[in-house]
Amino acid sequence: MNGARTRLSLTLGPVLYNWPPARWIDFYHRIADEAAVDRVCLGEVVCSKRKPFVDDVILGVVDRLERGGKEVVYSTLALPTTKREMRDIGDAIQAGYLIEANDIATVHLLDGRAHIVGPFVNVYNEATLALHLTLGATRVCLPPELPLESIRIMAAGNQAVEVFAFGRPPLALSERCYAARQAGMAKDSCQFVCEVHSDGMDVCTLDGVPFLAVNGIQTQGYVVTAAVHHVTALVEAGVVALRLSPQTCDMVRVAAVFRELADGNTTPKEAGEALSVLHLPGPLSDGFLRGLPGCTAEVD
Amino acid sequence: MTQPLELVCPAGTPAGLKTAVDAGAHSVYCGFRDETNARNFPGLNFDRAEMQEAAAYAHDRGARILIALNTFMRAGATDLWRRGVDDAVAAGADALILADVGLVEYARKTHPKQRLHLSVQAAAATPEAIAFYRDRFGIARVVLPRVLTVEEIARLTAHAAPCETEVFVFGGLCVMAEGRCMLSSYATGKSPNMTGVCSPPSHVSYREDSDALVASVGGFTVELFERGEPAGYPTLCKGRFEAQGAVSHLFEDPVSLNAVELLPRLAEIGVTAFKIEGRQRGRAYISTVVRAFRSAIDAMAAGGKVDFDALRALTEGQRETVGAYKKAWR
Repeated sequence: MNGARTRLSLTLGPVLYNWPPARWIDFYHRIADEAAVDRVCLGEVVCSKRKPFVDDVILGVVDRLERGGKEVVYSTLALPTTKREMRDIGDAIQAGYLIEANDIATVHLLDGRAHIVGPFVNVYNEATLALHLTLGATRVCLPPELPLESIRIMAAGNQAVEVFAFGRPPLALSERCYAARQAGMAKDSCQFVCEVHSDGMDVCTLDGVPFLAVNGIQTQGYVVTAAVHHVTALVEAGVVALRLSPQTCDMVRVAAVFRELADGNTTPKEAGEALSVLHLPGPLSDGFLRGLPGCTAEVD
Repeated sequence: MTQPLELVCPAGTPAGLKTAVDAGAHSVYCGFRDETNARNFPGLNFDRAEMQEAAAYAHDRGARILIALNTFMRAGATDLWRRGVDDAVAAGADALILADVGLVEYARKTHPKQRLHLSVQAAAATPEAIAFYRDRFGIARVVLPRVLTVEEIARLTAHAAPCETEVFVFGGLCVMAEGRCMLSSYATGKSPNMTGVCSPPSHVSYREDSDALVASVGGFTVELFERGEPAGYPTLCKGRFEAQGAVSHLFEDPVSLNAVELLPRLAEIGVTAFKIEGRQRGRAYISTVVRAFRSAIDAMAAGGKVDFDALRALTEGQRETVGAYKKAWR
């Protein structure tokens, strides 16, 4: 690489859980006022049944975030299936939002317009990344299972790669809702049981070992991804942004820790310690980045 | 019916391919012996010479050969997948089954006349997603996810034209959106997308625990079989887990897909091809299943009666489901 490095920017990913509207609004207001993030992704990504709650309040939140100096991104549904879900995505595009496409159908609708590709789109190599850039992507947040080895090759020379750096890693999507299934209900009459699982519903093995977390139709890892030991390597690789995925812990503090780390004002060890004293839903992990099972706990 | 239905059958080995062709498969699908295909298990798949011979065997008997390169290219090693595409074309593949859009682009540019199918691993589940691949890359057929309802399949098939649709009717059932699942990667470091395996045997272990057999994947207990109970293969998403103090098959029961009763409806809505899962299955199984489905398809084409009982008997003693094809599954 030549010349001065681009300043590593921080992206706050969309809230993946079904937080009550009041909590959702308060969260974003505080982010707008206090968080050291450069851009904020908004929108219901997991379940379209939750979308009306977000729609009711999103305009006010967008305004507040913009006044707080944040770039606002509208993240689309990761597994759209119905005609109505696709129409809603089309409406968001028409409304002029900067769109984060979370599946290929949305990329199709965008038809070359500048956009961001989210972590739910399968971009595993430099050829596929380059194709997305020709289709109008200006930044691509890579899937969380990619190892640093792949990221190094993909981030070189394009100023377009973002890496999932904090939060429970999203692992899978389904047409079936597991929160409803667990509660003995069908998806169509779920009564929004997922609302009580603000960081996802913990799932343990038969012998009591914490394993996964369920967020409606989404399955996540029990661990909390934390890339603190790899920030320098990511910057050297050419990564331009880190994604912080909201949990119920103090996300303003999380953003501050990553900002200090990116600016060289704290060490990875101190950063890891600062994160681990927050109320996290699981242990810190960097397994995927190291090319190990994603459940692997972080080591110094 | 305007066109004959196509029965697409698995071929894990050269011997399995011959078995499937001899049993009446219209098409067989198979892959090279490496990480370019999503059934990258020891002892399975084809080397280059075997693929050439397999294509000749199929073609001599009027069957088509579909070669799957349906994992996602590894960064820095995309040549392996590109070479696979070139070699599959050279072997005489009637179609390539691809999942990675970067590889789709390569195949289209390098082999403009080659017929391309979109793998289920690309999880194209909307008219817009199918249009993306059809309009930009000339995808001729899309293999639909196993998590759609029949009504959704009907809508997609209507919108996809002239792109054809292919649906799974028998065998393993993925409950997660295919090609978008990292459960195996999370527990074992080996994933369908990157390595071509899910819950791989290399990471499965069984241990005796008083009155039960405990099955684990990547060290995580996934199932507990009482003594005398048949011990199934522990696939992560079909395991028993604890949530909210209750133990259940949280994601899916250990069932397999059997959509035989839906065959006439699927044909009526314009689905082109029925797919049988199971490249890892033995020859006896393949022979029986392929014969049964071929006679059902022939009977439907002739306007005759389908012997549903014979098809149902295929899974006797096993637990089966029509899965997501019926909406109540969700």
